Amino acid sequence: MSVEKGLEGVGTWLDDRFTGAKGVRYLLRKIFPDHWSFLLGEIALYSFIILLLTGTFLTFFFQPSMTDVVYHGTYHNLDGVHMSEAYASTLNISFDVRGGLLMRQIHHWAADLFVAAILAHMLRVFFTGAYRKPREVNWLIGITLFTLALLEGLFGYSLPDDLLSGAGLRITEGVLQSIPVVGTYLAFFLFGGPYPGHVIIPRLYILHVLLIPGLLLALITAHLFIMTFQKHTQMPGKGRTNANVVGAPAYPYFAAKTGAFFFFTFGAVALASAFAQINPIWLYGPNNPVGISAGSQPDFYMGFLEGALRMMPAWQWVVFGHTFAFNVFIPALVPLGLIMTGAALWPFIEQWVTGDRREHHLNDRPRNAPTRTAIGMTTVAFYGVLWIEGANDVIADHFDIPLYTTTWIARFAIFLVPWATYVITKRICLGLQRMDLRTLDHGVETGIIRQLPTGEFVEVTEPPSDEERVVLEARPDYPALPAGGESAEGVPAPGMRGAVGRLRERAYKVVTESVPLEDAHANGHGDGHAIEGNGHGNGHGDGHGDGHAPAAVPSGGTEGEHPGSEGSPGQGEEH
Amino acid sequence: MTDSNVHGQHPEPEGPGAPHRVIGTPSPAESRSMLAPAPEEEHPPARELPPAPDDEHANNAAKLVAACFILAMLAGLGFIACYFIFNDHSLSAVTRDNLALGTTMALAFLLLGAGATIWVRHVMPKVEIAEDRHPLRSSDEARAEFAETFKEGADASGFVKRPLIRRSLIAATVPVALAPIVLLRDLGPLPYKSLDSTVWRKGMRLIVYGTNRPITPAEFNTPGSMITIAPEGFQNDFDAMAKAAVIIIKMAPGQLQPPTRMNWTVNDIVAYSKICTHVGCPAALYEQTTHHILCPCHQSTFDATRGAKVLFGPATRPLPQLPITTNAQGYLVAQSDFREPVGPSFWERS
Repeated sequence: MSVEKGLEGVGTWLDDRFTGAKGVRYLLRKIFPDHWSFLLGEIALYSFIILLLTGTFLTFFFQPSMTDVVYHGTYHNLDGVHMSEAYASTLNISFDVRGGLLMRQIHHWAADLFVAAILAHMLRVFFTGAYRKPREVNWLIGITLFTLALLEGLFGYSLPDDLLSGAGLRITEGVLQSIPVVGTYLAFFLFGGPYPGHVIIPRLYILHVLLIPGLLLALITAHLFIMTFQKHTQMPGKGRTNANVVGAPAYPYFAAKTGAFFFFTFGAVALASAFAQINPIWLYGPNNPVGISAGSQPDFYMGFLEGALRMMPAWQWVVFGHTFAFNVFIPALVPLGLIMTGAALWPFIEQWVTGDRREHHLNDRPRNAPTRTAIGMTTVAFYGVLWIEGANDVIADHFDIPLYTTTWIARFAIFLVPWATYVITKRICLGLQRMDLRTLDHGVETGIIRQLPTGEFVEVTEPPSDEERVVLEARPDYPALPAGGESAEGVPAPGMRGAVGRLRERAYKVVTESVPLEDAHANGHGDGHAIEGNGHGNGHGDGHGDGHAPAAVPSGGTEGEHPGSEGSPGQGEEH
Repeated sequence: MTDSNVHGQHPEPEGPGAPHRVIGTPSPAESRSMLAPAPEEEHPPARELPPAPDDEHANNAAKLVAACFILAMLAGLGFIACYFIFNDHSLSAVTRDNLALGTTMALAFLLLGAGATIWVRHVMPKVEIAEDRHPLRSSDEARAEFAETFKEGADASGFVKRPLIRRSLIAATVPVALAPIVLLRDLGPLPYKSLDSTVWRKGMRLIVYGTNRPITPAEFNTPGSMITIAPEGFQNDFDAMAKAAVIIIKMAPGQLQPPTRMNWTVNDIVAYSKICTHVGCPAALYEQTTHHILCPCHQSTFDATRGAKVLFGPATRPLPQLPITTNAQGYLVAQSDFREPVGPSFWERS
């Protein structure tokens, strides 16, 4: 067989020099657990590769120069118009370089997909708890990658020097200027003087094609290396434990799958670029500090900043001859800062609260960590309100709502919607947990109705399969808190004293809140016909406040607080 | 050593030679070749997997895979053909070329993806293996050895013992690390007072932006109209225009009210800075009926009849009013520069 010949030839030649047999075999057998959500990070990776390829092509033709030229090219509508070389060369790429428009559109679509995929991937990692020890560093690298991707995108769409990107740069300048103490200096250093100057495009260009991609590449490499070294997380399932990793080996199965996925990603982006026009810069005209078009929208990932700027009330202080432009620097810096800092700190906050410093390789189902899921959804809602407000003029136009009304709604919604989202998400998670418990206790409904000899009708249920049972029973087990102030010994454990200890105790209750699993089984009223909506009464409103025995209540300290868990036991019939 | 197995496959009987071995099955011997034995940690998983596809199914699927790949090849050839066939440049041609190139490229990739997917799912056997994890932390011995080595090095170097070396090294590092930051100083000039003023001067004519002609009040006599104005001589100077751009609005008599400075207007023509006081976008939208000036970026709204005071939105200050008058020839001219800085707020602005 030719495989053997190849191995004996090339393989031996390489192995004689690089000792690769063992290490490469290890990589070939690297196990990739399977779950649809694990593909999100791959989309981001492949978008990045597409960006590198198409971006390199674009640099062959793009002129990052603000030198004034008069256009005489294919696009006659702008014939004789003064513009920068950057804009003229972008027109040239679009109209005179064959395939140039396609490459530009693929580059832009892939950039949008890149950021979207990073967002989705981050949400997946957050909601499944995949950031937990030992993966905190990769989580932080991911946050850095996301921030860099936003910057890279902002700089990238500023390069063509069209009217729309000029407005984006103007806003960037205004935001920089608003920063207390150093603002004007930052703006003057970035633009080489007042806006627009003559250096901003070449400066953004080198940041966009060298510095930031270099950082992205280095961090992505580190991200993947750490992932390979620490092995993947996996979703709960039969035979999957915290101490193993189960899935298809890289070679040939995962390699073929992920190769297919790369092709799909590239294909989808190419399809979008063939049929859906993106950033038609020739319609906007060259940049000009006096011009603007109504309804200018940035790329989607900058929309939340635009929304924040729009909804902020006009607050400003002048103190001792200095201006605090709260109306600009708060919306520009605070929302992003809150989200990024919060995301970066969360793994460590969670560790501190729960005292859980073990390795976690088995992911949580989002419902099984209700507080974490609720916090994640709150962040999504916060971001979402900002993002929607970023398009409030379009919304006002389409839905015929007065423009200022949309802003007023957003000013309240930015507080109310995240709060409501927190409450609702937590309720939904706890409800889903109860549904899981019901399935465990009463089995899966089959849709078959049986008449009993007494004339009663019951629905036949089947016990859940082993696989389902394992999935449903997979719950995070938090270590018990060190004994608190009211503990039997009477002496609070270290780390549990004073206000900080009380804070941690309260936070522990919130973070570990769950519908207890063990008690449900202890009651064990496994009948086959649960009545819809009766919850499943476990009747444990007792034994609270006498300290949590770790063995008995590993899944949280909130018994008796849920309406659904206080019902009377045994709502169904005994078999 | 070889407790590994691959689920869902039927390992062939072990023979003396490696050649017919299926990937993942136990290796016959400690071989010198690349076909090394499996590591110790793999186990069959607990989960039942569907059986490997039978031959007929696999053969049919293989044909489908080949068909996808051949179609992908044709699409790829189509892409190259389109590239050379469409070689004229015009707006309509560009749209067509983009469609042709994009579609063929997308088809080629999507078909490659489809083929590979069918290949994995219907030709290859289903395989799932399990591998043990070990705690990531090093063993206590390894940690102790590391600590010892590290300490030995630290002792040998004298980094701890000799504070003279340590402190002088740190002292040397600080300025060396600062040097690159200092180098960035020449990225741009310092702002000084440059943000406080614009190029407008006393007697400078108002030039209609676009036509580049001066304007008289008589030419601009339709109430409700608004035009963009440049200072004469700076129409094409972007840096100057980014601060000095002005809009003039003709009002009906009696519409202008305080705090509009009436002695800065001419025949109910009022001039405001066009640069929004929020973050500097051109406040370019003027609504005749309400006399509102709206900035399209963040929707700050200004009342043109009342000194461009803020009606709504994130802007904190009115658009500065430019004092205008007419010169001897009857053209609109500036009385002076703006009396306050234009554009967005900044730290040094008082």
